[in-house]
Amino acid sequence: MSDIPVRLEGITKSFLGVQVLRGVDLELRAGEVHALMGENGAGKSTLLKVLAGVHKPDTGRVLLDGEEVSFSAPRDAQAAGIAIIHQELNLLPHRTVAENVFLGREPVKRGQVDRRAMEAETRRLLEWLGEDGIAADAEVVRLSVAQRQVVEIVKALSTDAKVLAMDEPTAALADHEVELLYDLVKRLRERGMAILYVSHRMREVFDLSQRITVLKDGAFVTCVETAEITSDQLVRHMVGRSLDALYPDRSSAAGEVRLALKNAGNGRVRDVSLEVRAGEIVGLAGLQGSGRSAIARAVWGVQPFTSGVLELDGKPVRIGNPRTAVRKGIGYVTEDRKGEGLALSQSVRDNALLVRRAALRGSAARKHTDLAELLKSVNVVSRGQHQEVRYLSGGNQQKVVLGKWLAVRPRVLVVDEPTRGIDVGAKQAVYRLLRDLAADGMAILMISSELPELIGMSDRIVVMHEGAVAGELPAGASEEAVMGLATGHGIGEVA
Amino acid sequence: MSVVQEKVPVARRAQPAGGRRFAFTPTVTVYLALAALLVVGSVLVAVDGGVLLDQGGILNILTRSTVLGLVAVGQTMVIVTGSLDLSVAYLIGLCSLVAAETMAGQGSMVFPGVALALAVAAAVGLVNGLVITVLKANAFIATLGVALILRGWLEHNYTGPAGSVPRSFQHLGYDRIGPVPVAALLMLLIAAGAWWYMRRTRPGYHMYAVGGDIEVARLSGVRTSRTIVTAHVLCALMAGLAGVFLASRLGSGAPYVGTDAGYDLESIAAVVLGGAALAGGRGGVVGTLGGVLILATLDTIFDDLAVDPFFKDVVRGVVLIVAVALYARRKLTSGRAS
Ligand SMILES: Nc1ncnc2c1ncn2[C@@H]1O[C@H](COP(=O)(O)OP(=O)(O)OP(=O)(O)O)[C@@H](O)[C@H]1O
Ligand SMILES: [Mg+2]
Repeated sequence: MSDIPVRLEGITKSFLGVQVLRGVDLELRAGEVHALMGENGAGKSTLLKVLAGVHKPDTGRVLLDGEEVSFSAPRDAQAAGIAIIHQELNLLPHRTVAENVFLGREPVKRGQVDRRAMEAETRRLLEWLGEDGIAADAEVVRLSVAQRQVVEIVKALSTDAKVLAMDEPTAALADHEVELLYDLVKRLRERGMAILYVSHRMREVFDLSQRITVLKDGAFVTCVETAEITSDQLVRHMVGRSLDALYPDRSSAAGEVRLALKNAGNGRVRDVSLEVRAGEIVGLAGLQGSGRSAIARAVWGVQPFTSGVLELDGKPVRIGNPRTAVRKGIGYVTEDRKGEGLALSQSVRDNALLVRRAALRGSAARKHTDLAELLKSVNVVSRGQHQEVRYLSGGNQQKVVLGKWLAVRPRVLVVDEPTRGIDVGAKQAVYRLLRDLAADGMAILMISSELPELIGMSDRIVVMHEGAVAGELPAGASEEAVMGLATGHGIGEVA
Repeated sequence: MSVVQEKVPVARRAQPAGGRRFAFTPTVTVYLALAALLVVGSVLVAVDGGVLLDQGGILNILTRSTVLGLVAVGQTMVIVTGSLDLSVAYLIGLCSLVAAETMAGQGSMVFPGVALALAVAAAVGLVNGLVITVLKANAFIATLGVALILRGWLEHNYTGPAGSVPRSFQHLGYDRIGPVPVAALLMLLIAAGAWWYMRRTRPGYHMYAVGGDIEVARLSGVRTSRTIVTAHVLCALMAGLAGVFLASRLGSGAPYVGTDAGYDLESIAAVVLGGAALAGGRGGVVGTLGGVLILATLDTIFDDLAVDPFFKDVVRGVVLIVAVALYARRKLTSGRAS
């Protein structure tokens, strides 16, 4: 076996005449983690899809162990030992974990699918990952987003691939799960696997990778040894300029209470009391499954509270469905953009105006003259307002979700993982935007699994543990303090 | 960070691990509904002075279920795969004619007749599948198109029944063991085979995958086109068998046996009643058979009560809508974990 299991040479690809990749070279060595970085829309996922046999390159060569190959379908790439974890989750919600893991490669015994072997192997891999909380025979629809990500990883592992490409695998993971993934990636690397790792998180890239390739606007910029570059230099390569402070100053003075929960509860959370004031960004921290998203979804009326009181501007209200929530001035940026956030086959414009058209009346509902400005404020890079959202890069899709809520200027905005999959430059823009909205008097409740982001942005942090509020921390609390509460210990004491 | 090693018992408790508890799945619901219908029907018929489940009644229900069962089992396969087949009704007529005309009353021609009818069916299924996968036509339109072509051919070439089957072959249509028609047993056997195929074999798994999300299936390495074509061929074969069986019962082939009974929409109704999602990815043979039995029982009850055909259709329509609404409700409440 050669040391270069994968080499891509001069890959170009265009969609409908628009060039997305312009002669990209990439080389993966056995036993290395190779980071692929670049802004949203730079072409990272497209490059991965070329490697996965999803897209055929227009020109250029794909070499495996020095031999040129041409994949006509994903199964060819799979057979050649390439496993891909795509940016969007690719699971069948109504099939079990094991069925998903072995989809397309089900073991057969005496003419039948060998369920038992399939489930045993899935269980073994889940245990190996330390994720034995996921049952091999559970339907995927019952799993959280993070658990689904774990299933994707198991699926990739089960193929015994020599090459693993991961497209933002940590975007949906909480911190402790990210650490598990790190561990896993390191173990796989030590076994001689070649790993291509796409991420927008600097910290991960520096912790994990040996080399970094940067793309910009579909073109190869540079390939460097990770040890020989600083994060500032890296940002300059990606964005073309340096960025100043990532998190904006907390300037706004908090006004009156906009959203208040008093002993609110439902099947997933209990006895939750918290307040969000106008002008304030309140962070909601906790482990996956601790009830963070459940609170968000209850406030938004998807799975309403069944006990306690929800007050808006000091008046108790009942919110039984999202429509009522929207009418009352509550916005919710979902963590599941593909499932709940976007109508994928509709245009950027229709998506951005969706809430406005549904919630407002008369001329306000029809207004769209400010759309360009709106999309610009969230930095959407698209081929125009009429492009179908499904063809946008992942990060740009996320920005459209944000945009659709800003189109109605809610008074209370709940954001669940708002920067998932967004590049550094755009992240900074989103942080600024959220802060500006707060300064304008919006009350913002922010959920994020990225602790630095949560701490950098929040005026206060409410920490959840096992479906209840474990405590509240002031701005600038330490990561240890947050994790201490989130894991059920006291502040700062961590097992 | 040492936090990492922390076990997270919450996550475990908050997300049910998905074991198989008893639940009101559509399949369970449909059989409960069937039982309820039999009870209510028996009472109604008794009030009217008859008996629903006497020998004749059972025979009636099972005979009605045989043809619809065959067609609906085939339809289940295409619907689970995320497709649809509107051409089955004309195909049934065509196959009954092919079988009866080939046999032409001769006992020695039974096998060639059946084989030819099934070959024609498979060919039509293949065309359906290829139009959908290669020409990328929507399944609804593609199979409607094929249905129209078949109709044109039938109208041009036939004005009424044609061909005849030998007496020996009529046994298939009329023999029974006690109150149970042999053909119904054969249908159940075939349904069992279909169940095994869908739930136990790899191509069957792939049907669910393709119907669940074709893109996910493709990215996972499933041969999606092959799966769709296979489903259509199998569905057409079932329709072909139904045609052959009808020829055996009628003694000849008839161009409109399939359409007169509305087996196209009726089979789709049975599948949906059985809990399948029209969008694909969910459903199964067991549920479908429940749906078939409900429809057949309803018909038998109405016959016994001699109700007006208009009322009959209204009730069937209501049953279908109520069923689908119930399943939709279940889907909402069991939605997603946070
Ligand atoms: N199937 C497609 N049809 C048309 N355009 C496409 C298609 N797939 C991707 N594109 C376009 O190609 C460009 C690169 O997209 P890609 O998804 O590769 O970006 P990315 O680097 O992965 O970005 P992100 O960080 O946001 O995930 C984008 O402008 C996108 O709109
Ligand atoms: Mg991408």
